[in-house]
Amino acid sequence: MALSASNLNVGDTYTECLVEDLKRTQIVQYAGASGDYNPLHTDEIFTVEVAKYPSVFAHGMLTMGMTGRMLTNYVGDGRLTKYGVRFTSQVWPGDTLNSTATVESVEDGIVNLKVETTNQDGSMVLSGYAAAKVD
Amino acid sequence: MAVEKFPVEGSHIMMFARSVGDDNQIYYDEDHAKGTEPGKVIAPPTFAQSSAQFDPSYFLRPKVGEDWFGSGGSPTGVKREASGGGGGGGGLHAEQHFEYHRHVSPGDVLTATVKPGKSWEKEGKRSGKLMFSETITEYRDQSGELVITARGVGVRTERPVDA
Repeated sequence: MALSASNLNVGDTYTECLVEDLKRTQIVQYAGASGDYNPLHTDEIFTVEVAKYPSVFAHGMLTMGMTGRMLTNYVGDGRLTKYGVRFTSQVWPGDTLNSTATVESVEDGIVNLKVETTNQDGSMVLSGYAAAKVD
Repeated sequence: MAVEKFPVEGSHIMMFARSVGDDNQIYYDEDHAKGTEPGKVIAPPTFAQSSAQFDPSYFLRPKVGEDWFGSGGSPTGVKREASGGGGGGGGLHAEQHFEYHRHVSPGDVLTATVKPGKSWEKEGKRSGKLMFSETITEYRDQSGELVITARGVGVRTERPVDA
């Protein structure tokens, strides 16, 4: 279900809700799968008392991974050629995230996308780009 | 992180996909995957980051016989110079970029080699001075072909970022 260049226009958007009310357990799941066991993400006592953050927070790579799901759902399996992001704000347990891809250009069989993920307050938590092969 | 041997395995891909809330069958169901364009199970786009599992000295994994800086019944007081971040030089993860030369599948055995990139400083509004450092990781397959190029940027801050 790849995209077709002839059906794409600059400015087209695709949006998905990535997560509602992010659970601490999902952050633990990501720690286990990725191998990044930094206590800042899973250990409330360490994070609040030692590191002085208000609570544990998500790995940036969890947000990038969930945003990647939006991208592959849009462009199709195995079609991404580039994907890069900046982590612009932290993501906390309880956050609800929405992510949008916007078509910036279509040329030579490649679609270039702007990628933005925001939280329930409308604050951007991730901004980046992706490129994918289209038919 | 430099890794000599990163075997890409189906169950690891399945667990990784679950952790990012992705139930696409191409990440766990071989029969389904046969009917897709790639024709086989592939890894999700950010899976290469889990090469940390195969880095014997990865500093954000508790190791047998070594002190761990996370809490037990109470904080342990064990200090880490930098408290983490997948981006490279410690601290928090500021940026991550991937270039896919091809998508990896179960059965691939990757190596990861790391080259230091640029480093720079910036004055931050919320956390004092920000010190950025970049690392470039090249993932190659069992034939020595470059499959993924990753560029991570880590940032260290003078104080915790305000929420």
